[in-house]
Amino acid sequence: MSSAAASAAADARLSPERVLTVRDLRAYYRTNFFGMSREVRAVDGVSLHVDRDEIYGLAGESSCGKTTLIKTIVRAIRPPLDVVGGSVAFHFAGRERDIYAMSREELQSIRWRHLSYILQGSMNVLNPVRRVRQSFVDFSHRHIGKPMPEFLRLIEDHLDRVRLPPTVLDAYPHELSGGMRQRVTIALASVCRPDFIVADEPTTALDVVVQRDVLAMLREVQREIRSSMILVTHDIGVHANVTDRLGIMYAGRLVEEGPTGDVIRNPRHPYTSHLVTSLPRIGDVTPKRGLEGAPPNLAAPPEGCRFHPRCPLAIGTCRAEAPPMVDVAPGHRVACWVTAAPTAATVQ
Amino acid sequence: MSAAGSPPLLDVDHVGMTYSVGGFFRRRGVRAVDDVSLRLEAGKPEILAIIGESGSGKTTLARMILNLATPTHGAIRFLGNDVTRIRTNRDRMAFMRQVQPIFQNPFEAFNPLKRIDRYLFVSARRFAGARAVVDVQAKADESLRQVGLSLTEVRGRYPHELSGGQLQRIAIARALVSSPSLIVADEPVSMVDASLRMSIVNLFKALRDELRVSIIYITHDLATAYYISDRVLIMQRGNVVESGDARAVLDHPQHPYSILLKSAVLSPEDVDAPKKLVGAAGFSPAIAISNVE
Repeated sequence: MSSAAASAAADARLSPERVLTVRDLRAYYRTNFFGMSREVRAVDGVSLHVDRDEIYGLAGESSCGKTTLIKTIVRAIRPPLDVVGGSVAFHFAGRERDIYAMSREELQSIRWRHLSYILQGSMNVLNPVRRVRQSFVDFSHRHIGKPMPEFLRLIEDHLDRVRLPPTVLDAYPHELSGGMRQRVTIALASVCRPDFIVADEPTTALDVVVQRDVLAMLREVQREIRSSMILVTHDIGVHANVTDRLGIMYAGRLVEEGPTGDVIRNPRHPYTSHLVTSLPRIGDVTPKRGLEGAPPNLAAPPEGCRFHPRCPLAIGTCRAEAPPMVDVAPGHRVACWVTAAPTAATVQ
Repeated sequence: MSAAGSPPLLDVDHVGMTYSVGGFFRRRGVRAVDDVSLRLEAGKPEILAIIGESGSGKTTLARMILNLATPTHGAIRFLGNDVTRIRTNRDRMAFMRQVQPIFQNPFEAFNPLKRIDRYLFVSARRFAGARAVVDVQAKADESLRQVGLSLTEVRGRYPHELSGGQLQRIAIARALVSSPSLIVADEPVSMVDASLRMSIVNLFKALRDELRVSIIYITHDLATAYYISDRVLIMQRGNVVESGDARAVLDHPQHPYSILLKSAVLSPEDVDAPKKLVGAAGFSPAIAISNVE
């Protein structure tokens, strides 16, 4: 290795190393029946980045495009979903590569080894007619490529990390509880020590005690293998405890992004403020209100800022023009005409 | 209304339920509910929250109260009558008129191929005694207005055209058609978005205060239980481990399991805590419990 390359590597260790860069991503569901075409803009101009050893949280209500966004990021898309603009670049093993420029073989080689995806409803993704052991072999044996006995020993050590006994390998998924199945899925997603894990609602439908358990383990595994992660959930309490940075999505767009603490302590977008303040808390009996109105129809989103029909602060500009993302503090960006009025100097 | 000596609205008296699992040779009993007693007074509407982890018997208890399952021991009395002794269709209808369910997942509670207003019309015909089309529609509209909707918004729509929050409101409206005195709601907000959750929760409060309906609110969300309920019952593996005034129990839980539940709640305030969520020591009790299962 040349000295220049060595010093560059040293620099990378000091400054946060970027693992994922998403630029102005647009993904639409397009259908065409009998000449009637319909376009649902589920992800509409999202830009974000994730650094090494960082957990990036995504929050927002159902049908705001969270799941579409991460499906697009991992290139798990199928028609009618289509990427119409923007780029998703991963930096694995020192090389930046656009995931949409890869061939099928390249994609297969990075999947699981570098990039793994915990699907929504992760307690139901295991093949019901295969034992857990066979699922592990199916998914990861070709990536780890060790002789079978050694491979199985490795799997057992890894299961121990998520506090599962080796006996679960012989079980069928229906013989395990929901929490155990989710832990198996987490073990499956992290066994190849990937650089990047995408987790979509990994703990919904679990009760509080098991949820806390599973999240703690997910975070522990992530810290241990120093991977990066995108964690999607609508539960702000989970974000407060687990994520480093938090992005709030509304109707296909990112409306606020920043260090989790800043976003929760000092929300700038009216939607974020509502999300944070409307949560009931133990020890607090002041009346809380739900958000008025319904989420917008993404086939015909409102003009301007998409939140304006439900926004208590909306002004004239909000109805006409979409607000840009503006820096309000280091690393804290907001798209709102009222609370973060952009001046010429602050527009990115 | 509740003169001394009048029977309570609901009296759950040392009730238990054992499911039998396994084949012919390896039959064994699984005790879902062990021994639970609770009582709701007539004429004193309140929200009773039943809290517990999955598998603690909450749903089985709810099914027994709704007379969808028969307890293997103990008795459930509604206004003094044993619900398992209901034999005639007329008695069953009278019971269903008084006790109405709301289920967890509004997307699964309605048939996706049927229009949503049909559920309201059928309930109005069956339980509210409406015969003429005008009366049926007036009754449906009245109960939709109680949940902040109206028949014009809902008429002719299919479930997929409505959001989860709207569907859950319609489910509540359907339960209100018969003017019940008790609603059993099994995890009514766990499938509803955080931003819409509070409007449903506030609706339960309004039902108690304005329509004087008692509500059994089954949940694992301690924060909403603290927010709306008057009393709580904490269940673990089929038994009630702690019960009492909601605020008192949740502010100062006494039983180790209640303390564990409270400590497992992830709150946005934790963002200020010096150390973020970690595994290891703090979690051993939780792990011990989940491994026992």
